[in-house]
Amino acid sequence: MTHLDKLEATSVHIFREAYRDFKSLVMLWSIGKDSTVLLWLARKAFFGHVPFPLMHIDTSYKIPAMIEFRDRLARELGLDLIVGQNREALAAKRTFPDGVLPRVACCQALKSEALRHTLSGEWPRLRMDPASGQYAADKSSEKFTGVIVGARADEEGSRSKERYFSARDQQSEWDVGDQPPELWKQYKTDFAPGTHVRIHPLLDWTELNIWEYIERESIPVISLYFNQGEGKRYRSLGCHPCTSPIDSDARNVSEVIDELRSGKFSDIAERSGREQDKEDSGGLETLRRGGYM
Amino acid sequence: MKDTETNEAISIVMAGHVDHGKSTVIGRLLADINALPKGKLEEIRARCRRQAKPFEYAFLLDALKDEQAQGITIDAARCFFRTAKRRYILIDAPGHIEFLKNMITGASRAEAALLVIDAREGIQENSKRHGYMMSMLGLRQLAVVVNKMDLVKYDRGVFEDIRKEYGDFLERIGVQPLAFIPVSGMGGANIAERAPETPWYDGPTVQEQIDSFEHREFPSSLPFRLPIQDIYRFTEHNDDRRIVAGTIETGTIAGGDAVTFLPSGKKSRIKSIEYFNGPVKQTAAAGEAPGFTLDTQVYIKPGEWMVKDGEPTMHTGTRFRVNMFWMGHASMIKGRIYKLKLGAVRSPVKLIEVLTVLDATELTTVANKEQVDRHDVAEVILETPKPIAFDTIDASEYTGRLVIVDDYEIAGAGIVLSEVATQESSLEEHIRAREIAWKNSSIAAHQRIKAYGHGAKFVVFSSLDTAVGERFARALERDLFDKHFKAYYLGMENVARGLDADLQIPGELRDDHIRRLGELARILTDSGQIFITSISNVDDYDLKMLELLNSPNEILTIHVGENRFDNFQPTLQLDAESDTAAGIEAVCDLLRAKNVILDYQI
Ligand SMILES: Nc1nc2c(ncn2[C@@H]2O[C@H](COP(=O)(O)OP(=O)(O)O)[C@@H](O)[C@H]2O)c(=O)[nH]1
Repeated sequence: MTHLDKLEATSVHIFREAYRDFKSLVMLWSIGKDSTVLLWLARKAFFGHVPFPLMHIDTSYKIPAMIEFRDRLARELGLDLIVGQNREALAAKRTFPDGVLPRVACCQALKSEALRHTLSGEWPRLRMDPASGQYAADKSSEKFTGVIVGARADEEGSRSKERYFSARDQQSEWDVGDQPPELWKQYKTDFAPGTHVRIHPLLDWTELNIWEYIERESIPVISLYFNQGEGKRYRSLGCHPCTSPIDSDARNVSEVIDELRSGKFSDIAERSGREQDKEDSGGLETLRRGGYM
Repeated sequence: MKDTETNEAISIVMAGHVDHGKSTVIGRLLADINALPKGKLEEIRARCRRQAKPFEYAFLLDALKDEQAQGITIDAARCFFRTAKRRYILIDAPGHIEFLKNMITGASRAEAALLVIDAREGIQENSKRHGYMMSMLGLRQLAVVVNKMDLVKYDRGVFEDIRKEYGDFLERIGVQPLAFIPVSGMGGANIAERAPETPWYDGPTVQEQIDSFEHREFPSSLPFRLPIQDIYRFTEHNDDRRIVAGTIETGTIAGGDAVTFLPSGKKSRIKSIEYFNGPVKQTAAAGEAPGFTLDTQVYIKPGEWMVKDGEPTMHTGTRFRVNMFWMGHASMIKGRIYKLKLGAVRSPVKLIEVLTVLDATELTTVANKEQVDRHDVAEVILETPKPIAFDTIDASEYTGRLVIVDDYEIAGAGIVLSEVATQESSLEEHIRAREIAWKNSSIAAHQRIKAYGHGAKFVVFSSLDTAVGERFARALERDLFDKHFKAYYLGMENVARGLDADLQIPGELRDDHIRRLGELARILTDSGQIFITSISNVDDYDLKMLELLNSPNEILTIHVGENRFDNFQPTLQLDAESDTAAGIEAVCDLLRAKNVILDYQI
């Protein structure tokens, strides 16, 4: 088995454990490379099917091409797609781009809060009809308690404390200091009723692995990841006011892989184009405690 | 393309007693092989200067804010880096005993271990406990780093003493260390550079040692074992495949191979190996997570094992001797029901006996313990209510590992040493004791039969769909009642809401519900009544359990609809589609044949 085969098998195993043990599962899809690989791995685990809905939290500040890509892929693959949003904050213009909130607080409002209330079914959500591609109000307000997320351990120090199956308490809080053991292939899959659980099938993958797998499997990814001639590309995707592209000549998947292998970025964090991380020394950590993915 | 990028990372766990210098050794290693992000070392040094505290390499690893506040590493943090040879994942296993479960998580994912011992403090409790855990977790590559040699002036004697004492300890638990390395994490001696201070040492540096660790191979030469996670039938896009899915633990399999499922004993043949978006596979081996379709459709359940015919089979049993360690806050006690996970098996499990408790540090055994306390390593006998399939550790370490869940948490982990043959399960033992103690009524059974005009019986309708069995069961109650018989129907849901309301995890522990239903049946049949119930989705063992619990009184089992029992023969089989009246007539015939209903009365 190659290193990609092994990573794939582990992720597939985790998907199947999650599907076996959690009744209301949902998978977060940020349209980025990681969660698109995650989507692919779900299809590996379930032999072409994705037997649970996908959820996208739309901050309304995503780069428009991302939304187009999302809708096109969802229709092509016949996905059950749910979209949630912090309508209140957007209507009241309580955001960073409106000049009201600092970046981290804006992320908390438009992402963490929106996610929490969309998962719980408290806030209205839209659901796509894959046949027509149209969105309509979601009739179900099912509370999702098992959430599959594309977090990786190499991204940031705080993520290296994660487990494959990780409980957040009712308020999406995360007790980093008291995490259950995971050993061999036995994970914590038993949770008290009402517990909100994050499942991380990509925990062991690196940025390079993600791109190698995209290449091997011909997984569709959004073209924002590639240099379109201006000598710039996105390495990590987020909201346009807070994400900037990096200098790069890589025009396609194999050039991205070469670039990563060249060690060009070995000293530069993958999320260096994400401004909210820089706000205080532990921006991402603060966000993650509040339920950010 | 650089080779280091594509080669798989090797994962190494850092273990050792708290403050012996794990973080310092890691930090120093990263610094000396230039694996740190540019300016990181300087940044931390500068921060220390600003805050007027001495620089520590450990600060480098503390990615989390509150960790820096507490000054201890609180989880199996991983650290990715590369040397000229390859990529690494270093897993930092915290030395505090409270963090044992982190250490275990880290170690079970690792392929090799570095165990750090402070030269001045010498071998401490966790030096031994960690060594013991790693041997139990199946880690075979271990090197010992004797740190803080600067504090003992690089004295060879100190080093040799530790080597001797710790080497003896490892030998007793069956571990052969690859090396003992004298280092100073702080001073950098023998980390990446050979130290002039230890001219008497000619073994590897820490860097050379980690570069020489080898990858663990997948055990494809052992007999084939697939723990079945699930059986999928996704009908979207006109998919009609029924796929058995799981990750192969050991061995290899090919299309056409004859297979057996355990513990049910059902048999079939591999029709195809399924793998999405890849070349068609003719064979699959340990480590892979494909799917399988079968030639003949057999009814199997998640949690069963698929094994290959012609290869050594697995044990199937309800009692086994296990060597385990306990991490739970609450002790493991007798009489409580835990959950066992082994491969894809999930089963209730009970502690039957504590054979010995081992003091991991002294390696002495303590007898006469009644329970297993936190951080104990114990040899115990466990029992599941139904047979499960497993391998013993001498046959395969991969398929004889288990964890015990208590109150939603993995609280124990262990390896199966042997199957324990039993004349009597704990249920049988219970029933024997119950019957010996049972105070018979002064009214004899035959007197009741005479008075009531019929015999007593426990009539169980089983079906896949609750509604189907219930329809017949209720109709039978009505029919018998109209004939002036003492018949009473009670459904599972009423038992669950009332009698079973106090159960630990309602709805989860089916065995407990079934046990109480059986005890109730024993009482009601004793009172001379015809007690009728209906249950769905029961297997061979559930019905045997009811039969046992109701004994010495008799049970009739009537199965309605598709029969998925492994071997169990119901007393009567009804068609789910059949007319209720005709079905009831068949049951009454049976009751007549069994002399419950006496002919002359009808
Ligand atoms: N003199 C000396 N002190 C050391 C050495 N290695 C670690 N220390 C000190 O020992 C203490 C504990 O080290 P640390 O790496 O945090 O230990 P850990 O708990 O095993 O990670 C710190 O104060 C270190 O500065 C060494 O080689 N020499």
